[in-house]
Amino acid sequence: MRRLARTYVTLLRVGFAAALAYRAEMVVWMLTTTMPLVSLALWSAVAAEAPVGRFGPSDFVAYFLAALVVRQLTSSWLVWQMNQDIKQGSLSQRLLRPVHPLIHYSAENLAALPLRAAIAVPVAIVALVTTGGGHFARDPTVVGVAVASLLGAWLINFLTMAILGSLAFFTESSTSAFEIWFATSMLLSGYLVPLEIFPAGVRAATDVLPFRYTLGFPVEAITGRTTAGHALAQLGVQWVWVVVLGGIAIAAWRAGVRRFAAFGG
Amino acid sequence: MAQPPAIEVRSLSKVFRVHERAPGLRAAVASLFRRTYKEVTAVDDLSLSIAPGERVGFLGPNGAGKTTTLKVLAGLIHPTSGHVRVAGHVPQRRETAFLESIALVMGQKQQLLWDLPPVETFALNRAIYDVPQDVFAQRLAELDDLLGLRAVSGKPTRQLSLGERMKCELAAALLHGPRVLFLDEPTIGLDVAMQLAVREFLRAYADRTGATLILTSHYMDDVVALCPRVVVIDKGRLRYDGDLRTLSRTVRPDKRIAMRLRADGPAPDRAAIERLGEVVELEATRAVIQVPQEGVRDAIAQLFASHDVADLTVEDPPLEEVMRELFASTGDARAASPGDGPRA
Repeated sequence: MRRLARTYVTLLRVGFAAALAYRAEMVVWMLTTTMPLVSLALWSAVAAEAPVGRFGPSDFVAYFLAALVVRQLTSSWLVWQMNQDIKQGSLSQRLLRPVHPLIHYSAENLAALPLRAAIAVPVAIVALVTTGGGHFARDPTVVGVAVASLLGAWLINFLTMAILGSLAFFTESSTSAFEIWFATSMLLSGYLVPLEIFPAGVRAATDVLPFRYTLGFPVEAITGRTTAGHALAQLGVQWVWVVVLGGIAIAAWRAGVRRFAAFGG
Repeated sequence: MAQPPAIEVRSLSKVFRVHERAPGLRAAVASLFRRTYKEVTAVDDLSLSIAPGERVGFLGPNGAGKTTTLKVLAGLIHPTSGHVRVAGHVPQRRETAFLESIALVMGQKQQLLWDLPPVETFALNRAIYDVPQDVFAQRLAELDDLLGLRAVSGKPTRQLSLGERMKCELAAALLHGPRVLFLDEPTIGLDVAMQLAVREFLRAYADRTGATLILTSHYMDDVVALCPRVVVIDKGRLRYDGDLRTLSRTVRPDKRIAMRLRADGPAPDRAAIERLGEVVELEATRAVIQVPQEGVRDAIAQLFASHDVADLTVEDPPLEEVMRELFASTGDARAASPGDGPRA
């Protein structure tokens, strides 16, 4: 365990150096994830006429700026990397190393966080300044839940990408599966529209599906739109998803590597 | 007690199931509904044993099963049947202790991080293989001695020449001190000088560390320079396992006499030379002839008697020709059988 921790620190350091080497590409990529700003403009204009449910214009500003920050800090692009590694055979090099490739991938993913934070932090400051700070969680329990939910959201994203990435072992269209996941997620995670605006039936469905726990739930916790009790219960659901998806990801990975080994990589 | 083999392979077979379809749109659409597969036997009942510290060359034409065998030995491909042990481990389990004791260098695939200097890959491998800092520094210094890494290891990998990159690939693969080293075409694409440097390095490394070395290469010079023992595979089957010289003599039991004449002397006498053997090359001051092994002595005597010889050498036919002949012969009548060569 100690060895893994030591190795992980180096993986993160080298991953950070790699992220720096790809900084231009990454900034462009991050700029493509600014959809919340479009939603912000749209919904603020709508709410200027009359509040939408509990949301006035400044609520939308806080919500979508928080959504932008959450997305920057929790997204994963593993499916592309895995697709490339599996199709081009470079997975062999990863399999030959005495560290599990999923652990290595996770470090590469997390190592890009400081760069992403460099974009997210100014956005967070803008959010605090423009909304006067009144729209963010103050209850220590909710603040704690918000922090834990960010880790949970990243894990759900990462594990889902690992599952979808493992499809590349079996089919040419793993990235198409990702597109389907992504489109569904845009709708059901609260990325385009806050989930509490949806009809009750849809809301009930999003409560049990994993999508909301990748974005809507952390954003609601950060913006203090939830109570401590509810937040803790939702955190429980989020981490159940983490465990379930973790199990599926490991099973999918193992099945994929068996196939890779059978077909020759 | 005898040392256990570094590599033990018994009745190894690997069959791939390959999707097959005819060209054209109709076949493409049909394959959506009914896919047809055929089975391809890449490795067929292969057995061999390699002692620690041995250097063995895997030879065979394209598609012979060399790379598949190497990948099975490295744990990347699961065998269809048979038993394999490498450094005391079953490769396909890919246990940490196994992965720490091997390295696979593929000339056409790289492990160096493309946009970072090789020193970053070295540091990464140090952490992944848990090499203590002092051991790492010492190994890096040794590798630098042999390969001259210092000048290049700080530049981003993408800016390195192919040769510089291969040096760094080798260093990255060896920093954890593998006991068994698999090399798949390590000199592919390199110029002659760099091929020589890599060969010399590998030999020095194996001598210094006692590592077992398995090499596949299309450059026969690599094999001649590095591997006293060769394993010839064709269509997945073992065709020969033994020393290189015996293989050469069995397949091509003749010798080449290369003669250089004095520049100021008379020109070579073609008719006289043709009487001695098959002429391979004939120029104003140089002649190469091929003669049966038992006729070498007489041929040399006659060449000295009839020509003003400045220099003369007797060699085995080039390995490329030996291999061409070996794979061209349909039956095993002329080729050595697997049992001919000494086993480790």
